[in-house]
Amino acid sequence: MAEPLLPPVYGLMAEFEDPNQLVAAAHRVREAGYRRVDAYSPLPIEELHEAIGFHHTRLPLIVLIGGIIGCLSGFLLQLWVSAAAYPINIAGKPFNSWPAFIPVTFECTILGAALAAVFGMLALNGLPQPYHPVFNVARFALASRNRFFLCIEARDKQFDLAETRRFLETLEPREVTVVAD
Amino acid sequence: MADVHPSQHGDPANTVNTAGSRDVIAPGHTFGTITDKISSIVLTQRTSLGWYLGFLTAGAFAVLLLISLTYLTVKGIGIWGNDIPVGWAFDITNFVWWIGIGHAGTLISAILLLLRQTWRTSINRFAEAMTLFAVACAGIFPLFHTGRPWLAYWLFPYPNTMGVWPQFRSPLIWDVFAVSTYATVSALFWFVGLIPDLATLRDRSQSRVGRVIYGMLAMGWRGSARHWHRYETAYLLLAGIATPLVVSVHTVVSFDFAIAILPGWHTTIFPPYFVAGAIYSGFAMVLTLAIPIRAIYGLEDFITLRHLQNMAKVMLCTGLIVAYGYTIEAFMSWYGGNRYEGFMMWNRWTGPYAPFYWALIACNVVIPQLLWLRRIRTSVPALFILSLIVNVGMWLERFIIIVTSLSRDFTPSAWGMFRPTFWDWSTFFGTIGLFVMLIFLFCRFLPMISIFEMRTLVPEAKVEHEI
Repeated sequence: MAEPLLPPVYGLMAEFEDPNQLVAAAHRVREAGYRRVDAYSPLPIEELHEAIGFHHTRLPLIVLIGGIIGCLSGFLLQLWVSAAAYPINIAGKPFNSWPAFIPVTFECTILGAALAAVFGMLALNGLPQPYHPVFNVARFALASRNRFFLCIEARDKQFDLAETRRFLETLEPREVTVVAD
Repeated sequence: MADVHPSQHGDPANTVNTAGSRDVIAPGHTFGTITDKISSIVLTQRTSLGWYLGFLTAGAFAVLLLISLTYLTVKGIGIWGNDIPVGWAFDITNFVWWIGIGHAGTLISAILLLLRQTWRTSINRFAEAMTLFAVACAGIFPLFHTGRPWLAYWLFPYPNTMGVWPQFRSPLIWDVFAVSTYATVSALFWFVGLIPDLATLRDRSQSRVGRVIYGMLAMGWRGSARHWHRYETAYLLLAGIATPLVVSVHTVVSFDFAIAILPGWHTTIFPPYFVAGAIYSGFAMVLTLAIPIRAIYGLEDFITLRHLQNMAKVMLCTGLIVAYGYTIEAFMSWYGGNRYEGFMMWNRWTGPYAPFYWALIACNVVIPQLLWLRRIRTSVPALFILSLIVNVGMWLERFIIIVTSLSRDFTPSAWGMFRPTFWDWSTFFGTIGLFVMLIFLFCRFLPMISIFEMRTLVPEAKVEHEI
């Protein structure tokens, strides 16, 4: 075989017209034993991440930690400023007048949690990402309009260009394309 | 094994149902038609003459704002009518008014998302944009009211050579944190919502410039199922975070008044009554914007009568809460037995600013009762006029609260009247110009309706399977 002359392959991509077909195909691909699989859709599909075997995200934990860090740093900042760094007598209140610190503590909690949610999501998703092989498929531009794609990646242990293509054809896709790396 | 019936979906014959006033999207739309219709407003349509006229008119007022602020920076805030005893006047009135308008955007995008109100989908994007622009306009006023805007960073706690720190027991510093957090979180929420739609624009743009700019903003979004899952988690968490935030922001704004001992300000009803008023004015502004936008861009399929009716109902409800607030204010000024509070109310009713008080009652309490009538709620012109009336009424409310209390507080010898100058008006109308100009730019360059969320409303988006 003239394998070394072929361009490196990222995977095989099947195109579907409908979210139901995509979810069904994703289940079949999992059942066939493929693990390095990703599905692409123009809208969030609740069932899809389960179908490709992605169950949990650590994001809620990251957001919780962000909120706690915001809360503690907001409160400690005010406590340190008002009681240690720059103590001034305001209407005879104690230097540690903690009830007056609640609004700012609350806002800092929100800010920490929100920053953690956005930047945590982007980091876990690996975004921004200037290049990704799936964009080499011309029809993939429709993944942000009305088409649904399923990609079995070449790093999957079971991946075999001919065999996997034959398997994908049985799922009745619109077409199957080789994704160049 | 997944048991799916693809043939039941994606068939145009099945997506057609009968149109009715309860539809959140007109029948017959598919993923493709939604994408094309909304993205074509940005990508392929030529810029209309009307757009240029509107943009330039609004831009002229934005230039007036620039002139006003430049002159103010040169001369000081003495060019405004503010003077002792009325040290807060148009500036703080406008600040509270703008911040309040912003609240409807967050309410629509966050609270209605948590309540699973699908009708929010077609109005949340531009309501969020409205929030951002309103907060930007709001921020101008306290910033320039400091008199030395170039030193405004002194409001933030940072180690400095002067050795001083902010005073955290003051509601004014709480305001700094609340408003800056609100601006940040609103911007993040808006941008996160835009990412998948920016990817759509990247993929559909015909021009290289469009592909590069939208491509950079989309950050390589490719709609992976893993990404969507984390994205949806982040979006839901952000909504959960933004919900208490939006309530807290106007609560903190109301503390600016409630913590003071001035008659008419020192009341415990202020936080809930301010929050309700904020949502009231915000929904009025969403209607003011949505009605012309859907007519100009032909978006009646997506912003249906159902949306307008629902917003009218929210306005009616929050308007009644606000009316309750006015009633309790009046009742407590008598029941509390404090002569200064009693005088404050009497002064509002019969004093020099009384015409504004009665105009506010007419705009916010009396005229909006028309919304009880179904005929009014389903009449687009009537809703537009009502929304303008409520906008005016809510501005008058803040003016009355601030100026009547400050102009006549305790000792008659310390009383004084406030009269706005040209620069008060020019700064105010200038921010309206800036706001409208930003809305025009937003409609031209970004999808004003969330495309990916609209796709989820199409019948074919429903996945049916049993495992």
